[in-house]
Amino acid sequence: MEFIRYTKTRRTRRLLAFAAAAASVALVASGCASGGDAGTGGGAEGDLSITFIPKQLNNPYTDVVLGGGEDGATAAGFAATEVVGPLEASASSQVSFINAETQAGTSVIVIAANDPDAVGPALEEARAAGAKIVAFDSDTNPKYRDVFISQVIAKDVALIQIELLAEQIGGSGEIAILSATANATNQNEWIKFIEEELASNPEYAEISLVAKVYGDDDDTKSFQEAQGLLQAYPSLKGIISPTTVGIAATARYLSTSNYKGTVALTGLGLPNEMRPFVKDGTVTAFALWDPAQLGYVAAFAGKALADGTITGTEGDTFDAGDLGEREVGADGIVIVGPPTTFNADNIDDYDF
Amino acid sequence: MTLDTSPPATSETTTRRANGFAAVLRLREIPVTLALIALVTLTYMANPLFLSQQGVKDLLLNATIVIILSVGQAMVIVTRNVDLSIGSILGIVAFSTGTLFVTFPGIPIVLVFLAGMALGALLGSINGCLVTVAKVPSLVITLGTLYIYRGLNNAWAGGTQYFAGDRPDSFGALSVDTIAGFPVITLIAIVVVIIVAIFMASTRPGRDLYAIGSDPEAAKLFGIPVTRRVLLAFLSNGVLAGLAGVLYASRFNSVGATTGTGLEFDIIAAAVVGGVAIFGGSGTVIGAAIGALLLTTITSALTAIRVDKFWQQAIVGLLILAAIVIDRIARIRTAKKLRLSEARDV
Amino acid sequence: MFNPPTELLPTATNQSGTRTAAVPSVGGRTGIARILLSRDTVMIYALVAFVIYAALFIPRFASPVSTGFLLLDVIPALLIALPMTLVIITGEIDLSVASIAGLTSALMGVLWGAGLDIGPVLIISLIAGVLAGAFNGLLVAVLGLPSLAVTIGTLALFRGLALVVIGDNAVANFPPALTSFFTSKIGGTGIPTVMIGVILVAIIFGVVLHLTPFGRGLFALGYSKEAAIFVGIKVVRAKFWLYVASGSVSALAGIYWTLRYSSARSDNASGLELTVIAAVLLGGVSIFGGKGAIPGAIAGVLLIGTINFTLRLGRISDVVLIIVTGTLLIASVVAPSIFEGVTKWLHARRHRRTLPQASASGATRATASGVQERK
Repeated sequence: MEFIRYTKTRRTRRLLAFAAAAASVALVASGCASGGDAGTGGGAEGDLSITFIPKQLNNPYTDVVLGGGEDGATAAGFAATEVVGPLEASASSQVSFINAETQAGTSVIVIAANDPDAVGPALEEARAAGAKIVAFDSDTNPKYRDVFISQVIAKDVALIQIELLAEQIGGSGEIAILSATANATNQNEWIKFIEEELASNPEYAEISLVAKVYGDDDDTKSFQEAQGLLQAYPSLKGIISPTTVGIAATARYLSTSNYKGTVALTGLGLPNEMRPFVKDGTVTAFALWDPAQLGYVAAFAGKALADGTITGTEGDTFDAGDLGEREVGADGIVIVGPPTTFNADNIDDYDF
Repeated sequence: MTLDTSPPATSETTTRRANGFAAVLRLREIPVTLALIALVTLTYMANPLFLSQQGVKDLLLNATIVIILSVGQAMVIVTRNVDLSIGSILGIVAFSTGTLFVTFPGIPIVLVFLAGMALGALLGSINGCLVTVAKVPSLVITLGTLYIYRGLNNAWAGGTQYFAGDRPDSFGALSVDTIAGFPVITLIAIVVVIIVAIFMASTRPGRDLYAIGSDPEAAKLFGIPVTRRVLLAFLSNGVLAGLAGVLYASRFNSVGATTGTGLEFDIIAAAVVGGVAIFGGSGTVIGAAIGALLLTTITSALTAIRVDKFWQQAIVGLLILAAIVIDRIARIRTAKKLRLSEARDV
Repeated sequence: MFNPPTELLPTATNQSGTRTAAVPSVGGRTGIARILLSRDTVMIYALVAFVIYAALFIPRFASPVSTGFLLLDVIPALLIALPMTLVIITGEIDLSVASIAGLTSALMGVLWGAGLDIGPVLIISLIAGVLAGAFNGLLVAVLGLPSLAVTIGTLALFRGLALVVIGDNAVANFPPALTSFFTSKIGGTGIPTVMIGVILVAIIFGVVLHLTPFGRGLFALGYSKEAAIFVGIKVVRAKFWLYVASGSVSALAGIYWTLRYSSARSDNASGLELTVIAAVLLGGVSIFGGKGAIPGAIAGVLLIGTINFTLRLGRISDVVLIIVTGTLLIASVVAPSIFEGVTKWLHARRHRRTLPQASASGATRATASGVQERK
């Protein structure tokens, strides 16, 4: 069929063809020419700008964090605040957002890393262009950021969860952990502390951790992982889920199954999401920090870095608005505050 | 879809095919059913808890939504089309269900079901219209609507999620309460399978769908209203995806912007494993339902016998390939049989 | 026992370069007019128009930094789009490409983690991609199974194997010299160094498809199997090697992905298959087979990539991107199909007496078969 040509209209088409070819050439040329007058700000503007890149958009926990971040950015005096991010939390999806911010000459990039290393090269480029990097919620590899705003002391989070569960199961029996993704920096750190505590603390000698499963912060998957756990480990007495999606999905499964009331559940959850399960007795108590404070402190840390008042070295202090003064600890980590325990008595006092 | 090869059977006329049909159908469902029985038996022997009352309930609940989606997809695939947008339809309907309960507290649950199915019908018929009117392959159209519907869902929902607590207890109870050991939503799925199976096997429009899938040109020559029938298949698929969306909201904790993402290939896989030929023209919705049950059961079974969960997806992949090979063997046998009967008749 | 179409490659080197540019400077074989008004060329105009628009109206777009970031982002899709174009032109499809990339990435991580040198790691990973492609080729070409179903199966299988290989781990400590090479740019142009390799691969595919008898045979194959046999194409061999090519290039994309993000994980590149297919179809490749061109497919990938990039620069949510991608995809197939219908009808009327066979050229299968019958 390729051998058959249109012959009749060839002349007119050729004219068009030339025009098109010329246009193409012009484009290529202009593309090269316009390459010369590149204008990335690189933080040279007078007004400071801050951009938050969460693990993923459209996630209730993230929304609370970002709400605090935007308040903090306004209070700290940023001229422009932006929130960008991927719709799905995958390792490499944040990179192109970092790139766009680099190009926009954003002064401060606040990021919750989906993968501590995948975002590294992009963050390095951003820094080379003059941006300050604040990691929050989930850390990057420390060499890629200036400071990390941590919810709480990682060990405290781990301890409070194991403490709550030990209390609920009466100090002995099989337990399991249902986490987010297997690569989540923050969750893995807590799990490590939980394991260490179980091994070293004689009070927990009769508790054995039999399984760790991952629900990928996906409601359906977490739900089915919870269900699988109970089937695979019939004598399971308790589950720790150190992620808001995981604990809610597990609570939903327990509350709709025969295991309600016989298998204990604790972890980190949002009060608004967990309220019905606390009221119906599925969950006795769980913990969390105030997520809004996390964003709030991150914004102030970014401001202090951009102003040059701190560099992210241990011992630096900066003003964090309503939350008072904060200090940069070892490895450039800033702690926001102690975790709060929620139970039937106090859950109605919180709205996030 | 790619349409370059005509299956061997299509050279026959539609009426003649009917003879061979029953044999093929029986053959197609046997392997998947046997696989399911073997899987359940072996897992039960390894871990008796697998078939405990709660275990069975979980198995059925897990399969319910996938079954409904696979049945709808089977109707579309039988016509030699495919609908990739079902995950997005499910997501949008699930979120709208959450929205309805929050916006109109006390809304009758039946009304929510109807609204969800109507929304599904609308989205499904948009697919159908684009496919039939523009005569563009469904793979392309529904890939487009997969993106568009998901985008709309994201734009509508934003960061909003509705949780189980936002919905009335009686609605959530549909996926908790059981009647004779069967969860209510599973019973809904079974009713759906039966209705669609009867429609496909013994009504004129149902039979037409097979004829269209076997040979669209011949179907047209035969006087079958191809456009209307294909539209009907897409619309029914939309209704079922809508129903699945409402049930999703009943069963799971949260519904939001990403609900149902990435479901499409799982559902097509379930239909194919259940013996629905990807080139249309053969397979039953019962097969598709069993395929769905098999795939969801594998996941639970591997967890129950504590097989490394990393193997799950690879095993599902192998099963799909096995199903395609079995389908091919069945096709060759049917073709042979048809040729023989043809020879006798002549 | 089998000769790959390597005899076609020498001719490739003779004429390389004429095809990759948006401007075909040599009219020769097909006729410049036809090229410049074809469906895929329209995509190139659309791309060009959008780039001009973005350069003029989107702040910060017109800079070498844009070129660099944009190209780095689209390279995996760009690579995979090349074999995908050929596969779709023959009337088949390969949905397993992203899973092959993921499997390659996982394998790289494990081998590197086990202490192998980077050379063997790369070679073994590439071979894994070749084998994965050959497996697809065996099922689709040799056994003649439907490619849509087969590659849905291998989509799950290869991604599953990636999980089996590396599990939930991530390997990140690849040699910095190598990873920084993968993000490096050529001088001040902003063009990533690896683009040289990508362009080379594009030229190879472009030449094979458009300037060789083998390539013409692929069009014939997608158009009708009988025609292909008539032209002298060995259908099974051609399809088999296309899948091998698809697997190999997907492996290259997987390697690139791993080193660019310096992170080997089982979920790398997941979902990329739909992006690639959407871009290729947008670029004028017909899902029915028999029609399409490498420059068009490349333009399709670059157009989606550029829209994506400008949206990010403008900090507009990905939600818009999803909707735009979907709408473009549908519009790009619905509009020409209506347009084509009208043109063909007019054309058929005009040419029926003088050129009875002309209508067969570039027609969709369903309508074309009708025309052929009339002849």
